[in-house]
Amino acid sequence: MSTTTTMSEDYQALAQQIVRRALAKGADDAEAVINAGSEFTVAVRKGEIEKLIEAGSRTLGLRLYRDGRASATYTSDLSPEGIEEFIDRALDLALIADPDEFRRLPDFDAQPALPDLNLYDEAIARLTPEEQIDWAKRCEAALFAADPRITNSDGAEFSSETGTVAFANSRGFAGSYPTSAASLQVEAIVDDADQKKRTDYWYTVERSLARMQSPEEVARIAAERVLRKLGPRKVSTREVPVVFEPGMTRSLLRELSSAVMGTALYRRSSFLIGREGEQAASPLVTIVDDPMLPGGVGSRPFDAEGVPTRRNVLFDKGVFKQFLFDSYTANRTGHQSTGSAGGGLGSMPTVRVSNLVLEAGPHTRDEIIASVADGLYLTELMGFGVNLTTGDLSQGAAGFWIENGKLSYPVSEINIAGNLNELLLGIEMVGDDVQTLGATAAPTIKVSTLMVSGL
Amino acid sequence: MTSAANSAPRGGAGAAFFAGRFGIDEQLCERLIGVALGRGGDYAELYFEHRESGNIIFEDQKVKSAGGGVMSGVGVRVIRGDSIGYAYTEDLSFDAIKTACEAAAHISTAGEQNLPVGIDAAPTPSYYPVLNPAAEVGAAEKLAVIRRADEAARRYHPSIVRVDVSLVDELKRVLIASSDGKFASDVQPMVRFNVGCLSELNGSRQTARSGGGGRFGMEYFAQVTPESLAVEAAREAVLLQEAVPAPAGVMPVVLGAGDSGILLHEAVGHGLEADFNRKQTSTYSGRVGQLVASDLVTVVDDGTIVNSRGSINIDDEGNPGRRNTLIEDGVLRAYMQDRISSKHYRTDPTGNSRRETFRHYPMPRMTNTYMLAGETPPEEIIRGVGKGIYCVAYSGGQVNISNGDFVFSVTEGYLIENGRLGAPIKGVTLIGNGPDVLSKVTAVGTDFKLSDGRWTCGKDGQSVPVGVGMPTVLVSAITVGGTEQAVGGGALS
Repeated sequence: MSTTTTMSEDYQALAQQIVRRALAKGADDAEAVINAGSEFTVAVRKGEIEKLIEAGSRTLGLRLYRDGRASATYTSDLSPEGIEEFIDRALDLALIADPDEFRRLPDFDAQPALPDLNLYDEAIARLTPEEQIDWAKRCEAALFAADPRITNSDGAEFSSETGTVAFANSRGFAGSYPTSAASLQVEAIVDDADQKKRTDYWYTVERSLARMQSPEEVARIAAERVLRKLGPRKVSTREVPVVFEPGMTRSLLRELSSAVMGTALYRRSSFLIGREGEQAASPLVTIVDDPMLPGGVGSRPFDAEGVPTRRNVLFDKGVFKQFLFDSYTANRTGHQSTGSAGGGLGSMPTVRVSNLVLEAGPHTRDEIIASVADGLYLTELMGFGVNLTTGDLSQGAAGFWIENGKLSYPVSEINIAGNLNELLLGIEMVGDDVQTLGATAAPTIKVSTLMVSGL
Repeated sequence: MTSAANSAPRGGAGAAFFAGRFGIDEQLCERLIGVALGRGGDYAELYFEHRESGNIIFEDQKVKSAGGGVMSGVGVRVIRGDSIGYAYTEDLSFDAIKTACEAAAHISTAGEQNLPVGIDAAPTPSYYPVLNPAAEVGAAEKLAVIRRADEAARRYHPSIVRVDVSLVDELKRVLIASSDGKFASDVQPMVRFNVGCLSELNGSRQTARSGGGGRFGMEYFAQVTPESLAVEAAREAVLLQEAVPAPAGVMPVVLGAGDSGILLHEAVGHGLEADFNRKQTSTYSGRVGQLVASDLVTVVDDGTIVNSRGSINIDDEGNPGRRNTLIEDGVLRAYMQDRISSKHYRTDPTGNSRRETFRHYPMPRMTNTYMLAGETPPEEIIRGVGKGIYCVAYSGGQVNISNGDFVFSVTEGYLIENGRLGAPIKGVTLIGNGPDVLSKVTAVGTDFKLSDGRWTCGKDGQSVPVGVGMPTVLVSAITVGGTEQAVGGGALS
């Protein structure tokens, strides 16, 4: 048994003990979560180490229930006296809230069997500082070697973390799992002809070392991304078809995910309210939230309330299937929890997506671009311009202009605007090139029309 | 010497707190700094932090939850050249801090050992005296403030069907000891009040948010009533019910006083943080002394505004907060510095070194950043626009620091037609380039306004509270992202 597994079980036992103390002191119900871990980060810039960060950390979060009233608190003091004081304060705070019939712990028939989702990789735990410095140095060196026009860099950064998540509640659930993650990122800077600096970056993040892209691959993609955008033009304002590169489809999925949360349903702040079973997107669109992907960055065996996770289909061939729920939003809207509770330490649970996937379609990227006579190939979005209540969308953008089925020239300082309803229904083509980065996976898509503002 | 002077704690009230609670004093800090420099760093610093926070979340006429927490720890930073070693721990025992000091010292692998200067306590000014600390106020008083907001929003208009309110308060104590002899502390309060309203009218749902706060205790609500903040959110949600789609294209834009300071923060402020310039990654690199804006533009960063959200008595390296002129009559005067940058530029610290928590290393950051008032009455500015838009409130913005490209989302805006304000507009994004927009400032209003404390700035994954401000400003041309084709272009009348 690895030391990490032992550590997870120790924290799980501590979480159980804290729940028992809270009940003994007068709570009706309690949930305790402990996050503990260590991190190492190295940043290298122009071949020199810019920073080294090394630390270990642990925090306790507690949710207490008293007469239907709830409090959520956190502390970094895990000494026995500290924990006693902390529970007392949490019990006092619970008296402030109003009783809320929907605020109750999920029911457990029995301790569920938890799947092993491969969220921990011993190889990450064993990385030495020297190896991690080497990853970052190789990556930045490869970036500079890629092209003489790349004269500056915001550096390469390698980070690794290992930790444990332990959770226990007063309904008899207790669980814990070790996690690991490592990431490598590099940013390239090039001086453009107009004296303007152009930047772009690439990164890889995985739960296992073997799944990471190599430092050279990360550098190659960052270099390619920055060089292709040199010499951008502005375009005149018009309505055109827009092709989203996979990264932009991922960005769209993340925006859309806020509209499928149970929170948005009971707050009546989603444009998808009342549309379950409706053709809300093009038949080419199937979107899944899947917390059970082995080794997935967004995977988790149980959610922040101890509910076993499950794969949830959000859009099936364009038909909107369901919202995502934690216990509270489920109770409040007459649904069942979908195992989607998330949320930080010291706060009440909130609905969180896990791994979001837009499934592959039949077309190649080249076929999609070739289908556009005059339109935008979207590679960057900026700003926070989506109104989820109405679906109105307006965001700064950059990309390439497509002329007669071919990428022609880079464009910047433009804006795209439209409405998510029309955008989803107007997805005309879906690519076969699904790209996974972090907790989101998506292919190239083509949207029939959006307003592009420029000159 | 009087007894009062004798009892004043060395290093300030924050220092007294850490001495009393954790036994951390000057001697202990000197020993630990010695350990941190044990492998030959140029500089070492300890940043102790103790942060208590509380929150009450009120939704749909119910207190949904109450909570809070306590976080304490120390961050150790060792600098060698331009490189930093950083380590932190939540365990404030000598042994644990010593281990962190040894970890941070790893940045130096060889070299001459620098001896620390004996540390000496410095007095701290106070830009945020707290009369009524929120942490010491009972729940009933806080709930009363929340309920007043809820009632005011509902009373404002029958279409307001849902009101969410939250009150978050924080008391942060910091103590900084460094190898160059600093021993300084601060006690930093914060109150943040948020109101969100949903208006439902004929099947159309519109939401709006507003809020305020600053480095206050509960006395904040005597200055700014919860009712006024609530009505602001309700008014905006109702207004959006009649909003028309925004025009798209390039046109004159009038930036309203106050919140429009976010544009300055994003489009200019970040580019003036010295770390980006030192690394030649900012659009403003090497441009001190050059004209970078219209000569109507003077921009300052000021950490000394009483009670403002971005104010700091000392920065997170222990330097006093300051007022710094960044751009004067269009000419770039100075960058905002941290220790590493100020060594590089051979200049004094500017009081801009900030960090999110003890888990984070400090970087040059803004405090309260604003443009000074000009000479044109705001009504005259609007009267001068033939066809354009007027922007009042924003939900956020983003900038590419290396080239100044920015984007802002406007939550409250209006059409301007023939010098008059017209219909409210929705779905507006402003997109442009910081230096370009600043060069196109053709009028600056007399009506300077600081935006009430609601902004949080993110950089490199670290969030810090900031203030922004601006007078009414006319920019002759900005790209407006909307859904309606603009007709006839946007000529100034």
